[in-house]
Parts: sequence; C-alpha cells; structure tokens
Amino acid sequence: MATKYQLEDKFIEGQQSYDKITQDVTELSLQNKNHGNRWFMFIGMGFLGANLLIISIAYLLYQGIGIWGNNQPVNWGFDIINFVWWIGIGHAGTLISAILLLVRQKWRNSINRFAESMTLFAVMCAGLYPLLHTGRPWVDYWMFPYPNILGMWPQFRSPLIWDVFAISTYFTVSLLFWFIGLIPDLATMRDRATKKGVKRLLGILALGWNGSVKHWHRYEVAYVILAGLSTPLVLSVHSIISLDFAVSIVPGWNVTIFPPYFVAGAVFAGFAMVLTFMLPIRSWYNMKHLITMKHLDWMAKIMLATGLIVFYGYIMEIFYASYSGNLYELFLKDNRLTGPYAWAYYSLILCNGLVPQVLWSPKIRQSVPALFIVSTFISIGMWLERFVIIPVSLHRDYLPSSWGMYTPTIWDFGMFLGTIGFFVMMMFLFLRFIPIINI
Amino acid sequence: MSIVSSSSTKMYGLVAEYAEPSDIMKAAKAIRHAGFTKMNAYTPFPVHGLDEAIGFKDHRLKWLVFACGLTGMLGGMGLQYYTSVIDYPWNVGGKPLFSWPAFIPVTFECTILLSAFGAVFGMLAMNKLPKPWQPIFSAKNFERATNDRFFLYIDQSDKIFDVKTTKDLLLSTGALEVSELVTTQEGY
Repeated sequence: MATKYQLEDKFIEGQQSYDKITQDVTELSLQNKNHGNRWFMFIGMGFLGANLLIISIAYLLYQGIGIWGNNQPVNWGFDIINFVWWIGIGHAGTLISAILLLVRQKWRNSINRFAESMTLFAVMCAGLYPLLHTGRPWVDYWMFPYPNILGMWPQFRSPLIWDVFAISTYFTVSLLFWFIGLIPDLATMRDRATKKGVKRLLGILALGWNGSVKHWHRYEVAYVILAGLSTPLVLSVHSIISLDFAVSIVPGWNVTIFPPYFVAGAVFAGFAMVLTFMLPIRSWYNMKHLITMKHLDWMAKIMLATGLIVFYGYIMEIFYASYSGNLYELFLKDNRLTGPYAWAYYSLILCNGLVPQVLWSPKIRQSVPALFIVSTFISIGMWLERFVIIPVSLHRDYLPSSWGMYTPTIWDFGMFLGTIGFFVMMMFLFLRFIPIINI
Repeated sequence: MSIVSSSSTKMYGLVAEYAEPSDIMKAAKAIRHAGFTKMNAYTPFPVHGLDEAIGFKDHRLKWLVFACGLTGMLGGMGLQYYTSVIDYPWNVGGKPLFSWPAFIPVTFECTILLSAFGAVFGMLAMNKLPKPWQPIFSAKNFERATNDRFFLYIDQSDKIFDVKTTKDLLLSTGALEVSELVTTQEGY
C-alpha cells in the first residue's frame, strides 16, 4: 500500500513518507549492496590501523613505557595530548544528543546517532591512553576503591582519581544513552529483516520492544532524564580533565579559566570531527535529504561560537601571564611565542583562531568542501592546542638546569595512528550494521 | 494432524490498525469514552497525548531515578568519608582528613552514574523488558507497528468486551482493519 504523508519535520526535505524514511535508513544496515568499494577501502584502512594499535600496545606491554618519547622533564606527552584530544571529540556527540534534545531542537534527529557512536568510539580510544600510561595496565583495577588485603584506598583528593570516576561514568552513561536510543530502531529493523538469523539476533537486541504507548511513556521519561544527566556530566568530565592541569603548579596550567575553556574546546573539536566524518558519508550514501544544508549551517554556527570562546581563552592566557607579574608565567608566555615550539603555537592560532572566522560567511557555511576543509583545520588545531598546553609548559618550567626537549618516538605515532585506525574501523562497522539516523 | 489442537489457542483481544497518529488519537478517545479500560496502543514513534487518551499514568520512574541519584550521592560521599577519614587516614600536605571540597567531583559522578542506572534499568524493568516475544507480535500486520502503522488493542478481559460489538465500534472509529489477536498457548 502506498503511503505518502507530508511529514511535519521541516528539517527533512522533499516529499517523504514514514515508510520511505524507514526504508532509506534501514536499507543501509540490512542490505549489502549499498556499500561499495569505498566501504571496503575504509574498513581495510581502519583494520590496518587497528592492527598497528595492537602491535603498539603489545610492544608497550612487553617493553614498558620507555618506548614513548615522554621522560623528565616532559613526563606527559602524546599519551595525555591524545587522551584529551579524543575525549574532546567524544564530548560533541553527547552534547549534540543531550542539549539539543533538552532544548527540543528537532534537527538533532539526523545527527545524534552518528554523534553518539562517535562519542563511544572516541572515549574507547581516549581511555586507552591513561590506562596504558600507568605502566602496569594489568593492575589498573587498583584505581577503583575495593577492599583489598593491602588495606589501602585510592587518594580521593587527587584529580587523577577524579578522572577515573569521570571517564568510567562517562563511558557507561554514553553507552546506555546510545543503546536506549537504539532500541526502537533495532525493533524496526527486526520487523523489516528478512533473513531468519538476522531477525533473531535483532529480536534479542531489541529486547522485545513493541511500541506500546506505555513503553514509550516511560522510555521518553528515561531518555529525557538521561539527556539531563549527560549534559552536566559532559561539562564535569572535561572540567575534571582540565583540573588535572589546573590543580598543579606548572606555569601555564595553574589558571582558573581552564574548565570552561576546555569544555568549549571539546565542543569545538567534536563538532569539527562530526563534520569531517559526516560530510563524505552524507554524499556517498545519498543522505542529502536527511542531513540537510540547514543541519550543516547550524553545526558551522556552533563551531564558530565555541571557536570564539576558545580564541578568547588563548587571549586570556596571554593576558593572565602578562598581568600576573610572575616570572615563570611571563617566561612561559615568551617561550610559547618565541621558544623552540613557537611553530606549534602559531599553527594553533592559524587553525583555531583565524581559519574558523571564515564561517561568518553564509556562503562558506553552505559549501560542503569548504566546511570539510575548515573542520579538518580545527581538528588539527585542537590537537596542537593540547600540544602547546602539555609539552610546551613542561619542557621549560622552574629550573633551567632541568629543561629539556620533547621528541615523540615512532611508537607514539604508531599508537596515535592506531587509535585513528581503530576509530575509522569502528565508525564504518557502525555504518554497515546499525541505523545511522534515528528512524 | 497438527500437534497444536485448536483448543490450545487463546484469544487475547482485538487489534485495530490505523494509518495516521490523528486517527488513532481520535479512536483511543472514543474507545475510552465508550467505557473500555483495558486497552493499549502501539505506535512507531511516541504520539504525544495518546498515553492520556488511553488513561495511562505512571510517575514512578522519576521518583526511582531521584532515589537512585540520592543513593549515589550519599554513597559516593560516604565511601570517600569512610576511606579517607576512618579506614585509611592519610595526611596529604596538612589538609584536613575530611577535605570535602575535594570529594565533590567523585560524589557528583556517583550521583550521575546511579541516576542513569535508575533511569535505564528502571525503565526496562517497569516495561517488563527484555521479553523478546509477546502475544501482541502475532497480531496481523504488526510488523508495521515499528514503521508506519498505529495499532489500538483492547483486551478481552475488559468488563464490557464483546467480540462483535467491540469490533463494530473499532471499525466505526476509522480503523483500516480490525482483527482478533489469537495465539497458541505455546507461543510462536
């Protein structure tokens, strides 16, 4: 029976029926023919990257963290840079889902699943770093408070133990949020699947969802509450990460602006990463009517706004240092601007401060290639920001006799490329097997 | 001869199928107005107001989440108090043993974690999920309940239920089709 209704959702273009949308979205997961060589190319690249990650971790476990470039005085290097970078990327996913749901922005429906999945995989990549950086990851469970024969407990006054709680809670809540968002869609796929095995598997995963209003009622309550919990959770997670720095006395770290500045940076980086991934996928899978120019325009505006907050953070950092009259803070500022890592600072200002300003122009916000380029710049810029904050502050702090330089080793790069590969692999697996847009 | 004899089948109730959210809304109101109480509606997406239309109210979940959050908050702070003050007092830079501002982040995370567990697992438990198969899945055309059709169900245990008159009533509300929900006792 032909069903043709004009949907109320003004963010979805064209004459769409409920059935048409269901079909468009589920077909990607239920049928193979929509995924061509490109899918295999990317999953292949991701798979190679994931192998590189496994090799890097295996050698790290065998040899110890001496294979990384961090040592005194720069004892936080790629591990913490990448940890903060990945977790920042993850934050956009939660914010897109949660905040946009709370403020009843209908346009969220087209991007939230994608963004939430990105969160999950990004947090997995992020979590690896501190876990491995402990040096003896097989005893990482020591970080959790449990009664033990040593009679010791974790030190709850340390921001690093706050991190343990923040990241593990964040991952768990993101997983629950993602999964309960998925339940009704899994049910739709269950009812459309034709192969018996697939149907049975989806039947188990959908938990027996039947669309009853009673179910929907409680579901919506739970979903809104989760969104309400996730929003402060995201803010707390990145604030706590920034406290890892701000609570210390290292010049350039001990500033009160860190929590809001880190949170804005996370949203900025996350939206850029969503766009970098989504733009190609949108055109390859013909999703232009579901992820419309309006969505892209909104996302670009959010990037512009958070980018300005981040840029304000950079200006404040210079102001703080100059106004403090503190010798070490003043030196840090000069060292950033003219020291051996000045190239990183100026590239950062270019990528995060100057390039995003083109988003003021509606023409750029409406151009897919331009958005892709700008968001790639921002992803690189946000990585550089963490580089400027971490090694550049550490390599020359109080005692000139203990100054040094930081040079990442091949294993640092191996691990970084490896996590990117793992992320790409997971995203393309997600694209193949799970409805990427809320049905 | 079939193993399942006709005597082991069970009639659960009547299922009416609608094409539009507004249709089922009108129908639900009419059915409720006629005095039916044991009914349910199945829709591909939440239709707002339909829960009230079938006379469904449940505020327990919110309170459950609140209780879980409170447990998380007290538990988180209690854990830190017990470990840092009572069981393993450790002087760090002369700070007081109960340095509560430093305990806020973990307390906060515990509150969020337990509230989230309350929301998700509470929702599933109250909805009696997971339960991969339910009688309603045997209803005619029901695979479209997650796609583009809206179903109204009246249970046969309702006081004023009568197969024939109820069927007529459902048809008069603009249902595309009304069918009996019949399954074998064995399910499937």
